[in-house]
Amino acid sequence: MDIQTDNILLDVRDLQVFFRGDRTIARAVDGVSFQVRRQETVCIVGESGCGKTVTALALLGLLPSPPAEIAGGQALFNGRDLLTLEEAALQSIRGRKIAMVFQEPMTSLNPLFTIGNQIEEAIRIHNRLALAEIQERCIQLLTDVGIRDAHRRLADYPHQLSGGQRQRVMIAMALACEPDLVIADEPTTALDVTVQSRILKLLRDLKERHHMAIQYITHDLGVVSSIADRVYVMYAGMVVEEATAGELFNQPGHPYTQALLAALPTREKRGQRLYNIAGNVPHPAYKPAGCPFHPRCRYRITTCETDLPDMVDHGNGHLVRCPVVDYPLEEL
Amino acid sequence: MLSFIGRSLVQKLITLFFVAVVSFLIIHLAPGEPSEIDPLNPKFTPEIMERMRQELNLDKPYHIQFYLFYRDLFTGKTVSWKDQRPVMAKIWERFLNSLPLFIIGTLLTWTFSFPLGIGSAINRGSPLDKSTTFFAYMLISIPGFFFAYILIILFVNWLHVPVIGMETFGFSNAPPLFQIMDRTWHTVLPSILGATAGIAVLSRYVRSQMLEIINQDYVRTARAKGLPTETVYYRHALRNALLPFVTMFGLILPGLIGGSVIIESIFAWPGMGRMAYEAILARDYPVILTVNFISAVLVLVGTFISDILYMVVDPRIKL
Repeated sequence: MDIQTDNILLDVRDLQVFFRGDRTIARAVDGVSFQVRRQETVCIVGESGCGKTVTALALLGLLPSPPAEIAGGQALFNGRDLLTLEEAALQSIRGRKIAMVFQEPMTSLNPLFTIGNQIEEAIRIHNRLALAEIQERCIQLLTDVGIRDAHRRLADYPHQLSGGQRQRVMIAMALACEPDLVIADEPTTALDVTVQSRILKLLRDLKERHHMAIQYITHDLGVVSSIADRVYVMYAGMVVEEATAGELFNQPGHPYTQALLAALPTREKRGQRLYNIAGNVPHPAYKPAGCPFHPRCRYRITTCETDLPDMVDHGNGHLVRCPVVDYPLEEL
Repeated sequence: MLSFIGRSLVQKLITLFFVAVVSFLIIHLAPGEPSEIDPLNPKFTPEIMERMRQELNLDKPYHIQFYLFYRDLFTGKTVSWKDQRPVMAKIWERFLNSLPLFIIGTLLTWTFSFPLGIGSAINRGSPLDKSTTFFAYMLISIPGFFFAYILIILFVNWLHVPVIGMETFGFSNAPPLFQIMDRTWHTVLPSILGATAGIAVLSRYVRSQMLEIINQDYVRTARAKGLPTETVYYRHALRNALLPFVTMFGLILPGLIGGSVIIESIFAWPGMGRMAYEAILARDYPVILTVNFISAVLVLVGTFISDILYMVVDPRIKL
């Protein structure tokens, strides 16, 4: 157990991010805790608007403030709390220790600079290297992410590349300084399925080769099954379940996770109507009292409507925020 | 590139021809002829009016008049109907008078608008942003002539400097230094006035453009790399934010001509704008049409320059 705690790279505790409007406060992230260990791939899964991206941006101090406001919590990265760091200190961590790959490869690269220029920049901020070395490293990085003719591609502008190639460039940029952690925010959502599987394979390979951890944000459980070591399921700004990937798919605990899995199309369910969860994700400014999922939950009991349940440990690192479902869990 | 230049040259010549036809027709079809400019004058008998019409070719069909006018224009023989002076010489003289106002006004506008707009976009909601917003809207809302009179009152009463015309009457024998100072003082106020409205409008454009770019994904990417804030703003955001202004830069050229009729009238400044305005009142067709033609040429040259500049600054655009 001690070895495990030593291995923790990022330890987020009870993170709260609020967006202050004129009359309302949107509690986008409302007490999220999770850990990323060294060289581990952790998936954060949840529907759009559940606070996955906001969590990631908050860690790197990339949220526009105002309106965003870190209302509480800690994010210990190598023992330093990212949330209290000065901008200058954060700048030395961004890109160098924690790099980020964004969702939209089409708009995430600056259209007016060559890709070589943009990768070089990522290297140059954090390293003092001669120009030739930087060039060398750029070509190496592009080759690593599977771009052929890398030395010729350096002079290309983003609009000359396809979506998949741009995402590869983004990944190369993220790897530029050999970070300990790469936060990938739905990097394959905007890509088609074949490109998606290639990018996922690339990320798996790079993770092994560069000994880095990946915090992978997605809404796609298919992606989770192919990449994750451990999974956090988020709903309405909170973590509702934490489990290893195998455990999550075999023994989903939280009613929400069960419902999500039931809604996945599989070979066995061919021809049947897919399960869908009634209702909608609550607006972050108007969340119900008690468990945020209770209005849509088929197992709810009266206390769900008033008290927010704690995470219940079911052993093996499987934690579920639900007082009703008992382990081992029944099939939906 | 060469094919673009050739293509756009042909396009622009065709456009110019239509501009020439339409402006000619508008001027000639408008009611009132030069011969009818002063109907109450007893000297203007029907016979004299008829002779005037013949002399000015106004009795000929429109297409002949069109041909005659543009033949004279391109051979440099056009003369003003009002004072018989060659039109090009007249325009050149007025152009030289307008030039200092235009240059100083443009320089002031572009040097102040960008820092103000960028500063208030980056520090959105700050006291700087709020005060520039307030003053910009104030200057946009106040009519130019009204603001001009306020400035005249302030300058004349407090600073005791001359402001009307291009120089003080009777100063042509003064020592050179006095003449230069006199000229400078006369230039300051109209230039500032021309610039304030420009700064108010342009700084708003710069601000909104910059605000839009700051929220782009690639600016977030730049920050996520660990770049210092200044680099993010001035390297990644600013270059993108400046793109639309490259187009505007080509289009300030036509401002050389009609830019400042009101200011030139208020300050009795013998410039191009006022000349054109007076020519319209006097129905001095050659002057009106020549000025019109030159400004059309300037617009086309301006758009051509913007196209080229656009290609230089934006790698996505290939001509």
